[in-house]
Amino acid sequence: MEYVGIVLISHSSKIVEGLKELIQQVITDVPIEIAGGTDQNEIGTSIEKIISAIDAADQGKGVTVFYDLGSAKMNAEMAIEMVDGNVRVVEAPLIEGAYVAAVESNMGKNLTEVCEAVEKEF
Amino acid sequence: MEFNVADMIEWFNKANEKIQENKAYLTSLDQPIGDGDHGINMARGFQEVAGKLSENDYTDISAILKEVAMTLLAKVGGASGPLYGTVFLKMSMTLKGRDVVDGTAFTKGLEDALAGVKQRGKAETGEKTLVDVWQAVVEYFQAGNITADGLVEVAARAKERTKDMVATKGRAAYFKEKSKGHIDPGSASSYLVFEALADVMKEKH
Repeated sequence: MEYVGIVLISHSSKIVEGLKELIQQVITDVPIEIAGGTDQNEIGTSIEKIISAIDAADQGKGVTVFYDLGSAKMNAEMAIEMVDGNVRVVEAPLIEGAYVAAVESNMGKNLTEVCEAVEKEF
Repeated sequence: MEFNVADMIEWFNKANEKIQENKAYLTSLDQPIGDGDHGINMARGFQEVAGKLSENDYTDISAILKEVAMTLLAKVGGASGPLYGTVFLKMSMTLKGRDVVDGTAFTKGLEDALAGVKQRGKAETGEKTLVDVWQAVVEYFQAGNITADGLVEVAARAKERTKDMVATKGRAAYFKEKSKGHIDPGSASSYLVFEALADVMKEKH
């Protein structure tokens, strides 16, 4: 079965590593990819990391993208413009938003349904 | 006013020199109201830009601008990456296929760059961002009679004006009223970019 993918973007790789671990304690089938820190693994975000994470998370059902702070959103939007596929940035708190999305995706919902469920929650 | 391929490369080489010289200054502006990495990020990004431009041969201006944009996007890391990346990517799209640009075309390039960066950062003027400097410079170009000294003066004044503004966009917005009294780091780096452009204009005369 294919699931809507989830990409977690943070200025800090540790934040998204921890978040992925947290979600995967419960949800193991949904593809969750992370893009944390810059190319040099410093604090910041990397458009290249975001693009690879989106590609890796896309099983054909689309991808939801969650971010922590403003500049991560800008990089996410630029990355989305550069990749093919159905990708949406979701406006929700990173941790809780991604958690809800993972649960919804795991139920086999489509991209629009997952995004709506998250947006309704916050 | 006219810029050719060599002028464009010179623009970014000079911008890189100025940013390296002002690395500590840009970071010091970013410390009280941001995350204190603007100088470091910009210096890393522009160093890469200068390196890339020296490695390759270019026959058209848009290819140079695109190279600059993609390098800054990949290497800057902070918010300046997507913002400056957008600026030069938009300019490159507007000036596609040209080996020489006149004042009118260059002005159009700056206008599109400004529109792009406003859209990317969801910012307008008066929000204490680099948009304040870019807006002032675009209006200066639109008015015509462009001189190197005039450009520097307009950009400097716009940069100084950000000091009294309260930030409502970017990381400084978290500081609300406390952001007052500090020059916006992005406006300061944009000033350096235009000071570099003015130097190129001076050398041509």
